[in-house]
Amino acid sequence: MENRNLRAWLYLLPAMLFLGVFLVYPLIDVFIYSLEEGYNFASGTHFGIGLYNYGYVLRDPYFLQALKNTFILVIITVPLSTVIALLISTALASIKPLRKLFQTVYFLPYVTNTLAVGLVFMLLFKQTPYSDGFVNTLLGIFGIAPIDFIDGPYAAKMLVLSLYTIWIVMPFKILILTSALASVKDDYYDAAHIDGTSRTRIFFRITLPMISPSLFYLVITGFIGAFKAYSDAVALFGTNLNAAEMNTIVGYIYDMLYGDGGGFPSYASAAAIILFVIVLTVTVINLLVSKKKVHY
Amino acid sequence: MKKNEAVRLKDKEKTKAILIKIGLYTFLGIWALIVLFPFYWMLLTSLKSYGAYNSEMIPKLYTLAPTIENYLEAFSAVPLGSYLTNTVIFTVITTALMLFISIPAAFAFARMNFRGKDILFTLFLALMMIPNELVIITNYVTVTELGMRNSFAGLILPSVMSVFYIYLLKENFAQIPDQLYYAARVDGTSDFKYLMRVVLPISRPTIITVAILKVIECWNSYIWPSLVTDTKKYYLVSVGIQQIRESGFGRENIPAMMAAVVVVSLPLIILFLVFRNRIMEGVARGGTKG
Repeated sequence: MENRNLRAWLYLLPAMLFLGVFLVYPLIDVFIYSLEEGYNFASGTHFGIGLYNYGYVLRDPYFLQALKNTFILVIITVPLSTVIALLISTALASIKPLRKLFQTVYFLPYVTNTLAVGLVFMLLFKQTPYSDGFVNTLLGIFGIAPIDFIDGPYAAKMLVLSLYTIWIVMPFKILILTSALASVKDDYYDAAHIDGTSRTRIFFRITLPMISPSLFYLVITGFIGAFKAYSDAVALFGTNLNAAEMNTIVGYIYDMLYGDGGGFPSYASAAAIILFVIVLTVTVINLLVSKKKVHY
Repeated sequence: MKKNEAVRLKDKEKTKAILIKIGLYTFLGIWALIVLFPFYWMLLTSLKSYGAYNSEMIPKLYTLAPTIENYLEAFSAVPLGSYLTNTVIFTVITTALMLFISIPAAFAFARMNFRGKDILFTLFLALMMIPNELVIITNYVTVTELGMRNSFAGLILPSVMSVFYIYLLKENFAQIPDQLYYAARVDGTSDFKYLMRVVLPISRPTIITVAILKVIECWNSYIWPSLVTDTKKYYLVSVGIQQIRESGFGRENIPAMMAAVVVVSLPLIILFLVFRNRIMEGVARGGTKG
């Protein structure tokens, strides 16, 4: 027995070593960093313990801008992407020919490089002195004056960021909802058909309750993912997100850590913990709501 | 009279069904177009010559004179080839190390009995909830202090572990019937031999799925590489693309940028088309984006 115990730990040792060094230790350390006041990266010294870093971050206009941007992004993209994904997967479930093809196409954004395709989105929306760009040309057909979506007004930039975020997260949502819809037993539908129930009624009374666990799973992961938005914004507006007024909370953390205004792991840690608390709170609220509404 | 009405009713229903079908396919077609259009646009733009592209006041949806000059430019004006090599090295080593470390751990959880197993596994599961943003700060400081910035060690080591994959492998290993294990024990087969000769072949599909998901993750990773590399020598493709966007090709040569984007995107698109069922199944079982 002793021998077998030892052998099992040996199998686990490499994994535990990696997790310990790169996951557990940093997790403890980030709280310590966030409490060390006046930490100096070069010398590794600090002169006090307290909540100063949190106060600094919460008063920093760049952080407040990032907070605002992130919240707007979350509020727009999470409901919208979930509803569109629901519409698409319901439509997918009610066709037979071409279904596989559509499914494959819809999943494509999942495997693409966020930075690379973001560059294409930027190109499509950008207005240059020489050309209004593809989207503006399209809008021009409807008599809408060209807008610079990349360097222009705040609302326009937020719109592009939201659209790109939705484009990126859609594959995952469609996939999850499609498999959830496929697992609803035909018996329910057959029974409803015999009763002559209308399509809309079937959808709201049978389909929706049956897939509600998956739907809530998507809402929860959607919130978590959207709160961590960053790469999409970099792809569209470049690395200097503060200048573009398009920074996100995660962007703020990395800017604090490294980059032009960087070298402050304490501020970065405080911001990361604030983000973690926000995400945790939202997730707990989601879980409480789902307990009441979800049909298991 | 009555029969006529029934036929009319049936016809009406048929028309309604056809209209619904048309509506559904139009809707699905529009979304397919939205998904595919950026890919078409990058390919199209990468084939337009620099002069032709810049003379288009109104962007054209086609080109009659495709050229590969942008691809030559992409590989010569910026070190795209070296970005690709770096990314391949990073992806292969990270994925291999991940499998090498996760498989024994998953095997220990699935098959071996030892004191504290349940508590340890619960702890492992709890680690899945930890967001990357919380740990990346200390990892950055650690790697900087160890002098591992701008090195493959610094890129790879913190990227290796994902608790989720250990979980996925463990669930799969646990499905292998106990009888096989006991039979092997009776024959005097060691745990290690059993893992190599029985578990690995049986679980090959899952292992391949896990490996592919990790490859996708590595190929697209941006945040960590952007933190620990600041010389072109060690750039991965994501950081390279960002570099190209901000200063490559004099910021003006859009067709060459798009050629670079195509080159970077293509490997994963091919991988996806080959393994699409496996990838989609793997993601449906609990992957997330980001």
